Amino acid sequence: MLSLDAIAPVIDLDAMRAKLSEGGCKSSACGSSAKPDDMDPAVWERIKDHPCYSEEAHHYFARMHVAVAPACNIQCNYCNRKYDCANESRPGVVSEKLTPDQALRKVIAVANEVPQLSVLGIAGPGDACYDWKRTKATFEAVSAEIPDVKLCISTNGLALPDHVDELAAMNVDHVTITINMVDPEIGAKIYPWIFYQHRRWTGVEASRILHERQMQGLEMLTARGILTKINSVMIPGVNDDHLVEVNRWVKERGAFLHNVMPLISEAEHGTHFGLTGQRGPTAMELKALQDRLDGGAKLMRHCRQCRADAVGLLGEDRGQEFTLDQLPEVVSYDPAKREAYREVVARERGDHVAAKSVADAAVRAAVTGGSMLVAVATKGGGRVNEHFGHAREFQVYEASPKGIVFVGHRKVDQYCMGGFGEDATLTGVIAALEGVDVVLCAKIGDCPKDDLAAAGIRASDDHAHDYIETAILALVAETFGAALEPMTA
Amino acid sequence: MAFQIVSSQCTACGACEFECPSGAIKFKGETYIIDAKKCTECEGAFDTQQCAQVCPVPKTCIPLKH
Ligand code: SF4
Ligand code: SF4
Ligand code: SF4
Repeated sequence: MLSLDAIAPVIDLDAMRAKLSEGGCKSSACGSSAKPDDMDPAVWERIKDHPCYSEEAHHYFARMHVAVAPACNIQCNYCNRKYDCANESRPGVVSEKLTPDQALRKVIAVANEVPQLSVLGIAGPGDACYDWKRTKATFEAVSAEIPDVKLCISTNGLALPDHVDELAAMNVDHVTITINMVDPEIGAKIYPWIFYQHRRWTGVEASRILHERQMQGLEMLTARGILTKINSVMIPGVNDDHLVEVNRWVKERGAFLHNVMPLISEAEHGTHFGLTGQRGPTAMELKALQDRLDGGAKLMRHCRQCRADAVGLLGEDRGQEFTLDQLPEVVSYDPAKREAYREVVARERGDHVAAKSVADAAVRAAVTGGSMLVAVATKGGGRVNEHFGHAREFQVYEASPKGIVFVGHRKVDQYCMGGFGEDATLTGVIAALEGVDVVLCAKIGDCPKDDLAAAGIRASDDHAHDYIETAILALVAETFGAALEPMTA
Repeated sequence: MAFQIVSSQCTACGACEFECPSGAIKFKGETYIIDAKKCTECEGAFDTQQCAQVCPVPKTCIPLKH
């Protein structure tokens, strides 16, 4: 059996070659495309390596963001552009802004070292469509060197209609628009001003212009077949109910995915919302809203609200390894690692899909009512392969009569720092796991296990290194006592 | 008359640089600065001073005091 585990920590070329030469994959589904049944094959081709557009792909592929476009044309109440901290993980935050030349150097250095890299995004701080010259220069330079890297941008939409044709010409296949409202009255509570046609607009008028430009941009992208993702920030009491309406509007205009993200508003971030005490939603409130949106535009539930200079798999950030001062002056692109990695993944993936569909079908058959929330510690490859104490996040799955569905992730502070578990952190982890029934991990000590049990959460490392779905099936079998035959991974 | 940038507040986003119709704003060291000799206060180009309109930090692009 091929396993990414063997090569995951430090992916090294020889290890990958060795894995590939082992040849023979046992699964009959080997080489299968992993395409979900309800998806058009042409669309699948375009998203299968994109960690944000495909939940399945995010176990295997990585993105990097370059912060080349710091200028912005609107102000959001949840953003403060004066703030930066290396330990802070949230959209818009960066430690260094790059020129397009520096960005090219960084992308090449990362592509040489991080074989999972498949997507280059420009996602702030600032707006990629407004700060267009730098965005364009960066994309052109990178695609000349590494033609198979997917290009992707995030925008607030205000300047988007002006650049849709150029985006299409540059092969930018993925565009994210942040849309928090379709009602300008609500928009006025989120956006204090916009800069448009050489002047500053405020209040409802500003939000009306922004809204019209966002819808126009979205329609133009859809008309050109560019895949769009809509990000909405869920702000309790401001736009939470309204997002149902937003979901309907964007679905009607052809949005491919809708990603509802919780507002992050700690006072120390210095944002308007942070200072006025506007709270963010709890994990269970977010899930409740997402469940209400089910059936509308397809939801993205694996977003990590990454830093705007994040590097690596979603949920991990290796940005600090690739700061400018650590990059070689001169770099040249070597495709060897990325190519070998793709081959390993192609095989592993077919196998994972087979295991997944067996587990999913068995859970559907076994669970007739109720549901179980399972939080998984993983470091990639779709397996239960992270220690409880090392996890910075847990991926949450729901087993119900609908089968095994990924519902989101919960960020936590690492419990185990240098061998010691801190009680205060464990309390935080337990709070973050609100509503979860079982935690699956590769290893867990007796103390945290007992504390979790006291909080009503079962923890288990019995299924270490299994595929996530296979492990969940085993849990379901234990819990529901059904005579099930879990597939071994 | 001309405008100036309060450098201690500037986030170095560069928006003012590309909105300035007179090419008066340049990046120097850690921050952007306005060349008083080139700044026209946007007269003849726009009704309002572009740098002040676009700047995300309040009171950062302000009239130069003599
Ligand atoms: S912020 Fe969300 S959409 Fe953007 S790269 Fe991270 S996971 Fe993907
Ligand atoms: S006032 Fe107008 S001309 Fe002067 S620096 Fe600002 S944008 Fe440029
Ligand atoms: S717009 Fe304001 S914050 Fe941005 S570079 Fe100009 S002066 Fe600095």
